[in-house]
Amino acid sequence: MALYDLTAHELRQQLDSGELTSRELTEALLERIEQLDGTLGAYITVAAEEALEQARAYDEARAKGEATHPLGGIPVALKDNLVTRGLRTTAASRMLENWVPPYDATVVERLRSVKAPVLGKTNMDEFAMGGSTETSAFKVARNPWDLERVPGGSSGGSAIAVAAGLAVWALGSDTGGSIRQPAAFCGVVGMKPTYGRVSRYGLIAFASSLDQIGPFTRDVTDCALALNLICGFDPRDSTSVNLEVPDFTKALRVEPKGLRIGVPVEYLNQPVDPDVRAALDKALKLLEENGAVIKEVSLPSLQYALHVYYLIAPAEASSNLARFDGVRYGLRVPAADVTRMMEETRSKGFGPEVKRRIILGTYVLSAGHYDAYYKKASQVRTLMRRDFEQAFKEVDVLFAPTTSSTAFRLGEKTQDPLSMYMTDYFTIPVNLAGLPGLSLPCGVDKGGLPIGLQIIGPPFGEEQVLKAAYTYEQLAWPKGAGRHWRAGREVAVDVR
Amino acid sequence: MSVETRVEYEIVIGLEIHAELSTESKVFCGCGTTFGADPNSLVCPVCLGLPGSLPVLNRKAVEYAIKAGLALNCEIARYSKFDRKQYFYPDLPKAYQISQYDLPLCRKGWVEFEINGEVRRVGINRVHLEEEAGKSVHSGERLLGSEYSLIDYNRGGIPLIEIVTEPDLRSPEEARVFLEQLRQILLFTGVSDVKMEEGSLRCDANISLRPKGSTKFGAKTEVKNLNSFRSVQRALEYEAQRQREVLESGGTLYQETRHWDENRGVTVAMRSKEEAHDYRYFPEPDLVPLVVDDAWIERLRAELPELPRARQARFVEQYGLPRYDAEVLTTSPQLADFFEACVAEYGQAKPVSNWIMGEFLRLLKAEGKAVEQVQVSPKGLADLLRLIDQGVINANVGKEVFEEMFHTGKEPGAIVKERGLEQISDTAALAAVVDQVIAANPDAADNVRSGEMKAIGFLVGQVMKQTGGKANPKVVQALLRERLLGG
Repeated sequence: MALYDLTAHELRQQLDSGELTSRELTEALLERIEQLDGTLGAYITVAAEEALEQARAYDEARAKGEATHPLGGIPVALKDNLVTRGLRTTAASRMLENWVPPYDATVVERLRSVKAPVLGKTNMDEFAMGGSTETSAFKVARNPWDLERVPGGSSGGSAIAVAAGLAVWALGSDTGGSIRQPAAFCGVVGMKPTYGRVSRYGLIAFASSLDQIGPFTRDVTDCALALNLICGFDPRDSTSVNLEVPDFTKALRVEPKGLRIGVPVEYLNQPVDPDVRAALDKALKLLEENGAVIKEVSLPSLQYALHVYYLIAPAEASSNLARFDGVRYGLRVPAADVTRMMEETRSKGFGPEVKRRIILGTYVLSAGHYDAYYKKASQVRTLMRRDFEQAFKEVDVLFAPTTSSTAFRLGEKTQDPLSMYMTDYFTIPVNLAGLPGLSLPCGVDKGGLPIGLQIIGPPFGEEQVLKAAYTYEQLAWPKGAGRHWRAGREVAVDVR
Repeated sequence: MSVETRVEYEIVIGLEIHAELSTESKVFCGCGTTFGADPNSLVCPVCLGLPGSLPVLNRKAVEYAIKAGLALNCEIARYSKFDRKQYFYPDLPKAYQISQYDLPLCRKGWVEFEINGEVRRVGINRVHLEEEAGKSVHSGERLLGSEYSLIDYNRGGIPLIEIVTEPDLRSPEEARVFLEQLRQILLFTGVSDVKMEEGSLRCDANISLRPKGSTKFGAKTEVKNLNSFRSVQRALEYEAQRQREVLESGGTLYQETRHWDENRGVTVAMRSKEEAHDYRYFPEPDLVPLVVDDAWIERLRAELPELPRARQARFVEQYGLPRYDAEVLTTSPQLADFFEACVAEYGQAKPVSNWIMGEFLRLLKAEGKAVEQVQVSPKGLADLLRLIDQGVINANVGKEVFEEMFHTGKEPGAIVKERGLEQISDTAALAAVVDQVIAANPDAADNVRSGEMKAIGFLVGQVMKQTGGKANPKVVQALLRERLLGG
């Protein structure tokens, strides 16, 4: 098997045995980026030199027996809304096209501390607003399974990189499904941890009360390894929770017997693609046959999730993006006076989807509307948390589709924002309630496109989620789901 | 206008006071807060509002705000939260200020102050914690119309409390006196250095007029840019008069914001309510709610020092000082502390008070120094007073010695010795000088002999001159009387 197709834990063995160096691995991946990224559009910035330097540092440390972390030396890609010292960070916006941050995000510090080479910054929807990576100000991102389709979004670039072998694993951010949805569309594992589990310090904020950083990996084992590295209290983020972080690899056990799986009826009643529904049913059946208990649960407040989300997220976004005024950093469009400079800068710097959300959010928070919109939405959010709490009294995890369909065509929804917003229907409640949610591949549709299975746990129940995911993965796709299909049918770009 | 139709108006004033808290670091990051540092040298990703940065609340700032609230007799909220107040301005790095909107940290307090011999009480509506903005320097008058503007973000993120009074003040003078009292309370509490000239204490005033006896409020004006206690009173006097004239000429007042122009002595319209900002407040999602427990509050309450009015009253009671002395000695906690330390060393209060109010404050003022910068120790002053009491030096030499103590911090005994300033009380030593002076001034001596006692003062002066001021004037006088009047 090619180097670029291996998981981190497989590569670990080769690095530890000395048959492979981080430098060789990094070079191989950079070469593959060179070959394919012109087509795929996964990266906004490739940091070849920095990555090779980090790889060299890792190899040296390993030779001295100092580098011991399981993800040390293994190249990783970062969504371009994670701030990297000395490395351009754009959030896929003209506004930050040339912004080189003077500091590192906490997760980036953690990567550097284990000497994980950062290959570059991945493509995304502008300021993480979108579900297809089509609002990126810089380039088109294509789904490696079908180049005419979207990779999902907003963390589309990170999903492509992991699916197509342009990185071993990657980090993204998930505000309403921005990790899980592209993971589903690209046939990889993606997880949004509990709100507060991973420091947001250095994540360019979209909606602060919903944003959470999480990993894209090729299998559940790598996901656990990544969580071990990125989770934990950070004094620089007041919303990060001071809870001890378990060793998540301990949750990697195949234990279907007695596993209590809930399926929200509100989700079952939602129209979904028959192939998606079939894949979910098949997964549930497999687990049931192996001793799991499947149970329908009801979370009535789920019906309001999309509405609540599109009040809260734009409201916070309108505030978070107000700082881009041309005064201190980023784009500045000169004008006759400072007010017009700010107006011109914001007019030219932001794309249409970002503007749409700023306008929405500004309206929601404006005098006379706050109570009816933002406040009401926050109250519904509380109800939703309670509904989930109630459900988790009866079940260990919830299963649901990640998306109602597989990857759609490029341009298919760009003229219809509402249908684009609908693509997050199954993922949004998890953010509103602050829960951990994971998407992993559970089959392909008739057209051969990957389908995602979403597993949801209670707050700080990452271990439950990982255990359920690992159990399913090992029972259904012991070699890793995405790889199963690729083995018989190379990824689209390789065919070209 | 006939006397019958003339309406008497009552002035209604409420103040909004901003005070910078004197914490060592900023309210949401670790940057320092030194005044006057190089522009943009005390900044970091957080206080510059760089993308991705997040605020973390400074515990000390919360404690200072609670202490201020306690000193103003407020209820401290066990649960409060932060909100974003949003507006675009170049010196506001995030385009929102982290402040507190509907759940402030402190509420429902009061302050008492004395005016024209009467004690008045003003309600405190709320005290909340927020962050400072940066400081703009415009090449022209203001932002719009300037060729360029420079911004110093050092100030951005310094903790600030906003104190809002009830509309309980009834005259511009009352507003000023209240503000002075408030300043003193904050100073004593040690939470702010309250310097209006450095901008660490700022005040906006709301003023309206209503017919006397009415309980409804008139349309209020918010007056901004009040840079001194004096300008608070002047601006409000001007504004009250302006409003009275509008009303008396049959006009209507509208709610508006006006800018005080110190040089011209007038207020100028800034913006009316229709153009007022919509700040789009909403809860700050980057911070968790602020929960304060009883134990914490009680600990801070125990740390509160004695406040100015209580201390004044005690000075009168305990030390038997005149009210005036007590007021002067409590203008700052440092001065009051110094006074009490001196009394503890010396034993008597009034002489200490006289020296502090006299020489000490004179020198302090002349050199523009603060009490804590001065080298004189309480024991030093007490020793000096004892040297005078014991007749080792006289009071005039004492002033000279004190000045040196003030500058060098040396012990008075050492100064007296070094400079040979001991008073000469020895009769034998002085007799020769007295005889010399009598011989040299026969006319004056004759005048004394013939009963003109004024002349004796002249002769004493001559002896003092001859001895370099060291002669004990009492002994000299006795000797002169003995010689000229025969005992």
